[in-house]
Amino acid sequence: MNPINIVLVIIVAFLAGMEGILDEWEFHQPLVACTLIGLVTGHLQEGIILGGSLQMIALGWANIGAAVAPDAALASVASAIIMVLALNGGSANATDAINTSIALAIPLSVAGLFLTMVCRTIATAMVHGMDACAERDDMAGIDRWQIAAICMQGLRIAIPAACLCVIPAEVVTNALNAMPAWLTGGMAVGGGMVAAVGYAMVINMMATKEVWPFFLIGFVLASLSELTLIALGIIGICFAIIYLYLKGLAKSGAGAAAAGSSDPLGDILDNY
Amino acid sequence: MAENTAAATTGQFHLDKKVRKQVMIRHQYLQGSWNYERMQNGGWCYSMIPAIKVLYPKKEDQIAALKRHLEFYNTHPYVSAPVIGVTLAMEEERANGAPIDDVAIQGVKVGLMGPLAGVGDPVFWYTVRPILGALGASLALAGSIVGPILFFVLWNVIRLAFLWKTQEWGYSVGTSIAKDLSGGMLGKVTEGASILGMFIIGALVERWVSVKFTPVVAQIPQQSGAYIDWDNLPSGADGIKAALTQYDSIGSTALSATKTVTLQANLDQLLPGLAALGITMLCCSLLKKKVSPIAIILGLFAFGIIGRVLNFM
Repeated sequence: MNPINIVLVIIVAFLAGMEGILDEWEFHQPLVACTLIGLVTGHLQEGIILGGSLQMIALGWANIGAAVAPDAALASVASAIIMVLALNGGSANATDAINTSIALAIPLSVAGLFLTMVCRTIATAMVHGMDACAERDDMAGIDRWQIAAICMQGLRIAIPAACLCVIPAEVVTNALNAMPAWLTGGMAVGGGMVAAVGYAMVINMMATKEVWPFFLIGFVLASLSELTLIALGIIGICFAIIYLYLKGLAKSGAGAAAAGSSDPLGDILDNY
Repeated sequence: MAENTAAATTGQFHLDKKVRKQVMIRHQYLQGSWNYERMQNGGWCYSMIPAIKVLYPKKEDQIAALKRHLEFYNTHPYVSAPVIGVTLAMEEERANGAPIDDVAIQGVKVGLMGPLAGVGDPVFWYTVRPILGALGASLALAGSIVGPILFFVLWNVIRLAFLWKTQEWGYSVGTSIAKDLSGGMLGKVTEGASILGMFIIGALVERWVSVKFTPVVAQIPQQSGAYIDWDNLPSGADGIKAALTQYDSIGSTALSATKTVTLQANLDQLLPGLAALGITMLCCSLLKKKVSPIAIILGLFAFGIIGRVLNFM
């Protein structure tokens, strides 16, 4: 990578790091981060594909209270840089480079988690700095602490990214080519399955007895390949509206209908 | 409360649209100084500063306001917008002489942040983002730049509109927001989002969790006519045409004289994606048993490598 590429990569990494905590513009989502890194290094196409693959895996990863989700920011930035290095080295093929980067993203997401914990601990001290500013009515001081904290989160990803950029591309390519076929093939098989973990995280947060049937309907309908995601989305929204409407009716009807005629079988059993 | 808007127009201090916009822009950095002690307090205080400058000219009032907004606060970063709207309305009333004390303001913040986080997480993190992400990613997997752009634009349009609209709504209804929220609307939004979310996740499991078993169950010789007779095709372009025509009408089994039935084909006849569903349910139950998601991910990679080495996947 030439110096201009490296500077641009570091800027993207900085944005991803900021967003990893802010969760607003979503620069840390693989779809955005990998595409941008591909863009600034001249491997746009591969960056988009890597981003799409990682996004499918990371769909359920979210910052919620104390819940520990893998860190998408470091995973997407670092794996994209490694992929670019592998491609720049010349002899690696694009598919292998992408598959290996996906597998590498997982341990990286754990490393990112550790860095997040360090930053959040340092932020505690920064907030005490804000307390001191409040005591002396120094509002500009509070602004400075807030900006410093955000920049610290940006550096959390930018520094590791800068370190990766200086690795010679040949080293990465050679390492990739030295990997036996069973390992790369096996990681591709594993990569196909790991998306299940993210989905399982989402399911565990939302599942109640009431909504399980909708999960199964979605699962069965998805095998009709003519239905696009947008079509499935429309079906899902309609289900939600119909269900909530009928539930509202059932609630208001239950009081009005004296004998509870909404449950004829129950009535028969009761009368028997 | 109707008094809020009345106070806003008649009182000495008023937060005009410009100030409210500044607050909204700063509010996007709410989580910047997220810390283990008081969580989003720094970002919250940072967001309130433009309003504090307008409402409290006296130094001691400013100090008191800054301190009061450095108290513990934590919720979902987007649904925090109506909370800050309400807080702006309360601070404005207070600056205009209404008897609102620190406890009342902190009480409203704490009272709203819990129930609202309960809506924000399922709606934004578990429904809107997976749906838009999957939409963008499925386009991106085909190498299309439209995928990432679509995700980025749609997400941010929705987010910015939500931040501004709900902050304005919170500011205009003031403390009566608590009444509106308990009217069952929040529950409905959460429930609708979980129906849609579960439906889409079900579809995503079928489409994007890929588990393929390679063992061959049977090799069946096919009848003539059910496969392309490669040796007796006409020569040249006619041969290619004949082969393609047969392939088009018969399908992939036309390629060889014996039909290979894999375990995967058998499973797909039962229900496409059955193995993917099994793996997902296994992950659900492992997560419920407090196994770390990272351990499960590493386990799946190990399983994939073993499967490839032993040649069953």
